[in-house]
Amino acid sequence: MSTTIIFTVVSLSLLGLVLAVVLYLVAQKFKVEEDPRIDEIEPLMPGANCGGCGQAGCRAFAEACVKAPNLDNLFCPVGGNPVMKLVAEKLGIQIAEKAPMVAVVRCSGTCENRPKTNIYDGVASCAVMNSLYTGDTGCKYGCLGQGDCTKVCSFGAIHINPQTGLPEVDENKCTACGACVKACPRMIIELRNKGIKSRRVYVSCVNKDKGGVAKKACAAACIGCMKCAKVCPFEAITVKDNLSYIDYNKCRLCRKCVEACPTGAILAVNFPPKPAKPAEPQPAAGTPAAETQSVKTQVVEAPVVETPTAQTPAVEAPVAETPAAGTESVNNQENQRAI
Amino acid sequence: MKTFSIGGVHPCDSKISAGAAIENFPIPEVAYISMSQHLGAPAEPVVAAGDKVKTGQLIAKANGFISAPVHSSVSGTVKSIEMVKDLAGNLCKAVIIDVEGDEWMEGIDRSEDIVREIKLDQKEIIARIAECGIVGLGGATFPTNVKLSPPPGKKAEFLIINGAECEPYLTSDYRVMIEMPEQVLIGAAIMMKALGVTKGFVGIEENKPEAIRVLSGYSEKYPDIQIVPLKKKYPQGGEKQLIDAVVGRQVPSMGLPIDTGAVVQNVGTALAVYEAVQKNKPLFEGILTVTGECCPQQRNFKHRVGTPISKIIEAVGGVPEEAVKVISGGPMMGKAMCNIDAPTLKGSSSVLFLTEKQTKRKEEGNCIRCAKCVSVCPMGLEPYLLNKLGRAGRMDDLEANRVYDCIECGCCSFTCPAYIPLLDMIRLAKGQVMRIMRSRPKN
Amino acid sequence: MKKLLVSPSPHIHGKDNTRNLMRDVIIALLPSLAVSIYFFGFSALRLTLIGVAACVAVEYLIEKYMLRTKVTIGDYSAAVTGILLAMNLPPNAPWWIMVIGSIVAIGIAKMTFGGLGQNLFNPALVGRVFLLVSFPVIMTDWTMPDSWFGSAIDASSGATPLGIVKEALSKGETLQQIFAEHDFSYTQMLFARVGSVGEISALALLIGLVYLLVRKVIAPHIPIAILGTVAVFSGILWGVDSTRYTDPLFNLLTGGVLLGSIFMATDYVTSPMSHKGMVIYGIGIGIITVLIRQFGSYPEGISFAILIMNATVPLINMYVKPKRFGRK
Repeated sequence: MSTTIIFTVVSLSLLGLVLAVVLYLVAQKFKVEEDPRIDEIEPLMPGANCGGCGQAGCRAFAEACVKAPNLDNLFCPVGGNPVMKLVAEKLGIQIAEKAPMVAVVRCSGTCENRPKTNIYDGVASCAVMNSLYTGDTGCKYGCLGQGDCTKVCSFGAIHINPQTGLPEVDENKCTACGACVKACPRMIIELRNKGIKSRRVYVSCVNKDKGGVAKKACAAACIGCMKCAKVCPFEAITVKDNLSYIDYNKCRLCRKCVEACPTGAILAVNFPPKPAKPAEPQPAAGTPAAETQSVKTQVVEAPVVETPTAQTPAVEAPVAETPAAGTESVNNQENQRAI
Repeated sequence: MKTFSIGGVHPCDSKISAGAAIENFPIPEVAYISMSQHLGAPAEPVVAAGDKVKTGQLIAKANGFISAPVHSSVSGTVKSIEMVKDLAGNLCKAVIIDVEGDEWMEGIDRSEDIVREIKLDQKEIIARIAECGIVGLGGATFPTNVKLSPPPGKKAEFLIINGAECEPYLTSDYRVMIEMPEQVLIGAAIMMKALGVTKGFVGIEENKPEAIRVLSGYSEKYPDIQIVPLKKKYPQGGEKQLIDAVVGRQVPSMGLPIDTGAVVQNVGTALAVYEAVQKNKPLFEGILTVTGECCPQQRNFKHRVGTPISKIIEAVGGVPEEAVKVISGGPMMGKAMCNIDAPTLKGSSSVLFLTEKQTKRKEEGNCIRCAKCVSVCPMGLEPYLLNKLGRAGRMDDLEANRVYDCIECGCCSFTCPAYIPLLDMIRLAKGQVMRIMRSRPKN
Repeated sequence: MKKLLVSPSPHIHGKDNTRNLMRDVIIALLPSLAVSIYFFGFSALRLTLIGVAACVAVEYLIEKYMLRTKVTIGDYSAAVTGILLAMNLPPNAPWWIMVIGSIVAIGIAKMTFGGLGQNLFNPALVGRVFLLVSFPVIMTDWTMPDSWFGSAIDASSGATPLGIVKEALSKGETLQQIFAEHDFSYTQMLFARVGSVGEISALALLIGLVYLLVRKVIAPHIPIAILGTVAVFSGILWGVDSTRYTDPLFNLLTGGVLLGSIFMATDYVTSPMSHKGMVIYGIGIGIITVLIRQFGSYPEGISFAILIMNATVPLINMYVKPKRFGRK
């Protein structure tokens, strides 16, 4: 009996010892030399593994950060500046802050603006639809509305609005990872500077057809009329191939182009209503496109905004932000900190 | 009865326009002649606005090796050269001609006499076919002269004339076979001479007994050309399937039909070759079936290339009330039109009207893994798997499962009991994988 | 102007759809059901109806209230599971056992994997095997099929031929002795024998097979591979020692081999996708069935064999590819 016990104990111990030695030797043989800083940086990452930085995932990004001589070409769009600052501290490098970006859908082809000319009956995929034909409207550049961008978003930040049939970006959730930009077969979505208090002016159209053709297909199309480029005091607007483009680095948000645009293709978002005309909530542009857009913004802001605007003195007007926008930016900061 | 060895489906026959003899469609007032009527680079216009052109005159020259010249199908004045929307809404360069009368180029033999003796030699035949802008009329519109000149190191052994017309509804090839049988056979003989082969086949599906009977009647006159009745099974008329069915050889993966020693040409192409070589007539006319159960008239028209399709639809009383989809080509591989004002092309074979009940897609269900798509795939692929991999964007696995072999015949989508649009995703994935494969450096 | 529909090709669809296929399976099961009703009276019909109702109800409740997704009972797949489960139970099984079986079949074997098309194992078989190991007495209490519309309670009970053979062999009798004692008429087996609701008549099952093949609901590869393998493998054993191993015909006609190979192993979801794969899968089932029958402790092994081979299906699908076009 006791011999059995002793035999068992000894044999098992020997087995354990042999296996331990084997494991040790194998571990030594296949040891991968890794910079220990990678392990320090990885926990700082948001952990979304979205690939928005251009790397395969968060660990790959951490590795790239450690290997790179500087962080100029590396940026985690999800974590944003706070995360990059922490990374830089760990690595002992100085970095310049990058302006936060947001995905912008450059198409105003709502059902009213851009009437359907046929009915698409294939699989719900923009890529398939785009490879098949020009689309179910007269515009061969505009949004197809099958929602490929919504399917790739890891953050639930982009959704098709059933009323307009167009995708809408939730600015609070968007991390500017760029997944939707890559998914859109028509290259409608662009990452643009988020702007001060999320205020942005952009051309919401990518139609390169000649004015007449574009206008026939969509009431809110950019017709390449050059009016915006002429009124812009900062030379931020270029018109190429019958299409206007606003350089967000040069734009100073004066909104002269918005008023000048005859079709309402240029959108200004998250601006408070003009204080000069508090009684008239509609901005100057009278085209249906502009109306839809203003209605869209009004829905969010108007009910909350109207009373405070009326009470605020005129001098403070430019500073006075709408409560809605205010909470939004606070949320943004909180979001970033939380990340 | 011969047939291809893997897969296949049996869609309805629906050759309801088979009894309608070919009629000449009136020449339109304005012809829109597209420069992109063939596979390859668009042709380069050689006329300018204001030029007078005659029927059959060259108006655009071939632009590169795989390209084909375009001839005027009407006589009149060139109005302009501008972008015209094709049936998918894409803009294509087109020569727009205001029609005045119908004056043909000198040298085109317009008589009905059948010219049997082949006077041109091998090189001259291929040059004539290239000059006359002949392209494959079976659907792919690949320039015929290129197909008749096998690449160095490859040798053609047979010519197969594709008279399978396996798509439901289409009857244009059938009408050509029974109305102009000898012309088709002479066309085949011309191509055999051009290829330097002595053996020719005409593959015809068994649902066209009249065509088999008529063509077999010429077997003494053309003993080198054998009529091969084929089983009715889609896609019998697919190039690779037809070679498999007729001579029992399979085109290797990523290979060309010539690798099996076979060259396949459509019945319509054979007729066009006959007209080009024996009658000196360039390709500017085509046979087009107008059909559909909901269409009050079933017609087979000989149309001038560049006729707006809407004019042809008007001739049968406009788009029928019940029709919800207008298709150019057959119901399995044809293209749904979003623009019926698009002009006809050399390769236009049909205008098909389908009702909502026939064509509206049903709601997609769960894959029940019934393996029907696998058993019907004529290329031996696994459509269910390719669809899944395509949706997941797994390009390496797609390539390993040979998505590039897909011939886009539509058997998988046709048969899927859960109404999953398999081919939609597979076609997209195939395009992506082939782009990746082409972008790889060749070793 | 009218807005036209635009979609990629093909623009037409065949007549097949999930519902029709499932309906054809149900039709193919009707001859067997009719034979059962003929011999066991309404108890067989009642069992089947309870099975269908329970399976459909379980699927409906789970989809509607637990998963909150689209309810898919309209595709008849739950009904097929219900009928197949009933076919696998003794005709006088109590109603509650049917309900438990349905909950296991649909709730555990099907819905937890994600519903139709996602399950790894055949739901009806999982239900049956669960019942077999949980309630072995009830599950092997077979009614003799000799009462025309007689009530199941009065009917005499007996053992299946496989059970009799297994037990007698374990007592050391030779097959010749056993066959001399009992009257195993092959003609009788063709029309009616002791067994579960669905397996009592080989002929009725074969009629179902012919219907499924004619309607092209299933490919012939799986049933032929299973039946062929069972015949060949048991034939070899029989040739080695005919006092211990039963002959091939006995093996084919008794037990659930026919029911299993025609209706259970051919379940779309849990069988391989390529013809080659189907043959491998069928051969595997045949071998395991005979092994369990001749060497295992259970008299019948087709259920276990199918479930074991179900587990290999993803592997088969990964490595066994259909014959690609393009031979040299």
